[in-house]
Amino acid sequence: MGKVLMKGNEAIGEAAIRAGCLNYFAYPITPQSEVAEYLSRRMPEVGGVFLQGESEVAVGYMLFGAGGAGARVMTTSSSPGISLMSEAISYIAGAEVPAVFVNIMRGGPGLGGILPAQADYFQATKGGGHGDYRLLVMAPASVQEAVEMVMKAFPLAEKYRNPVMILGDGLIGQMMEPVEFPDHLKTAPSNKDAWATSGMATRNSSKRNLVKSLFLDPEDLNNHNLKLKAKYEQMAREEIQYETYNMDSDYKALIVSYGTMSRVCRTAVDIFKAQGLEVGMLRPQTLFPFPLDPIRQAAAKGSCQAIFSIEMSMGQLVEDVERSVQGQRPVHWYGKCGGDVPTPEEVMDAIKDVIV
Amino acid sequence: MGKTFSKPEALSDNHTHYCPGCTHGIIHRLVAEVIDELGIRKRTVGIAPVGCAVLAYNYFTFDFQEAAHGRAPAMATGIKRVRPDLMVFTYQGDGDLASIGMSEIIHAANRGEKFTTIFVNNAVYGMTGGQMAPTTMPGQRTTTSPFGRNVEEVGMPVKMANLLAALETPAYITRQAVIKPRYINKTKKAIKKAFTYQMEGTCFSLVEVVSTCPTNWGITPVDALEWAEKKMLPYYELGEFKTPEQD
Repeated sequence: MGKVLMKGNEAIGEAAIRAGCLNYFAYPITPQSEVAEYLSRRMPEVGGVFLQGESEVAVGYMLFGAGGAGARVMTTSSSPGISLMSEAISYIAGAEVPAVFVNIMRGGPGLGGILPAQADYFQATKGGGHGDYRLLVMAPASVQEAVEMVMKAFPLAEKYRNPVMILGDGLIGQMMEPVEFPDHLKTAPSNKDAWATSGMATRNSSKRNLVKSLFLDPEDLNNHNLKLKAKYEQMAREEIQYETYNMDSDYKALIVSYGTMSRVCRTAVDIFKAQGLEVGMLRPQTLFPFPLDPIRQAAAKGSCQAIFSIEMSMGQLVEDVERSVQGQRPVHWYGKCGGDVPTPEEVMDAIKDVIV
Repeated sequence: MGKTFSKPEALSDNHTHYCPGCTHGIIHRLVAEVIDELGIRKRTVGIAPVGCAVLAYNYFTFDFQEAAHGRAPAMATGIKRVRPDLMVFTYQGDGDLASIGMSEIIHAANRGEKFTTIFVNNAVYGMTGGQMAPTTMPGQRTTTSPFGRNVEEVGMPVKMANLLAALETPAYITRQAVIKPRYINKTKKAIKKAFTYQMEGTCFSLVEVVSTCPTNWGITPVDALEWAEKKMLPYYELGEFKTPEQD
């Protein structure tokens, strides 16, 4: 199959099917409803399950139940809907069930708006629900990358028995771009016989499985949390992904930006270069685990005067950038979060205010 | 002489954590007997609620998932949709199902999800310490209605079985009790019928079971049985409110 022109939301739905996820539960919300519309037609064609739940709260638990029974499952939503699902996400992480959540972010807080934003960075990377848990979070910057990340998300969710979140902004869901689908994932969910409630007869076992998150004994709960922590540390060792741009140069400024915002920054870097100012960019593709060391090393380069966190949020990504830079260089923030994507010129102005 | 009575295979050897006089033990046993009789233990998945029965999986011997408060019907929906061959049931109390889980149970029933719900109604929140539930009787004292349930302020108790029976989608909806042996026998028949409808892929089924909570009612187990008979049964009438054959 060659390249096809597809809307991001529809491509995300198709990517799930090609990743062998034939179980999709969702509730409509702008700007991601096209995923549900697409899969409501597509799932019956491939013998899959499509169900529109009564609320995002219920959808979260449909994923928990179905994922707990060993099925490959996904839902998609947008910011306020993810807030409602966050209860289930905490239980799913606690019970160690693989599941994939896609958040096509809109502006907040509250109803906010329906235009693109990156205001759920904290919610996704620091835990939107209660308790000590983390999601593996990937942030696509194009429709092509959204497809690839969705397809990678299922094996990762199964490897770690942990929810994975694809954090895209409204533009990733709404825009059309050429996309080439990778081959179908052939792997079936692995090791599920050891834990999934698939029915004892199904796995030909006399041992029953429990999917639960309650540990009343304090020592048991502490040990459970240590086990979860060890998984998150393993993610930090094995799953960090990022892309660099113009970082071979003697850049005077380093931009850290992700998703749609990073594409604008890329243009700003090109214009600066044409004008004779070198600016480098590091784009985290995984937001958790976060590329702390690569950013710290990039900031240490002798030519680098300052680091800029450019984000469609009011100072969220910048906290992780500061955590990476560890005070070696000044860290500045620039962002907008009303739904307008900042222009290259606005990004350049923010940098020129500091770098002369 | 052969063995004439034994513990169902679907029940474990664990001692339960339930209070003296609690009726959960009876209902667990009825569910286990039905599962044994239908020979479905190895393809059954139970969903434990939040409430006194959160640890129900310790007393059964098949796959179980543990839900959040009220969300068991959504989890059962997820399992049954991806694995229609499994037998799935939720076991929920009245705070769980009739208060925080009202939305999930109504929509699961209305979609006609083909799982079974055992709904234990003892007119009070048990595990959290005897607070008022949507099912608490008028005038009933609880830890959050110390002067008795004031229906002027909080309305009348919710009759879940009646409410669900008003839905158009075919279903099996019944209210039974476990406060006398003859009621217990009828409850078992209802549970068996509910699981059988599920096996046949016929419909959603809910068995509401009028039960007691001597600890949180602050009376003896014997008095609790009498209180349930006198106070609850006139309001929570027993019977089959909806059968798929009617539709």
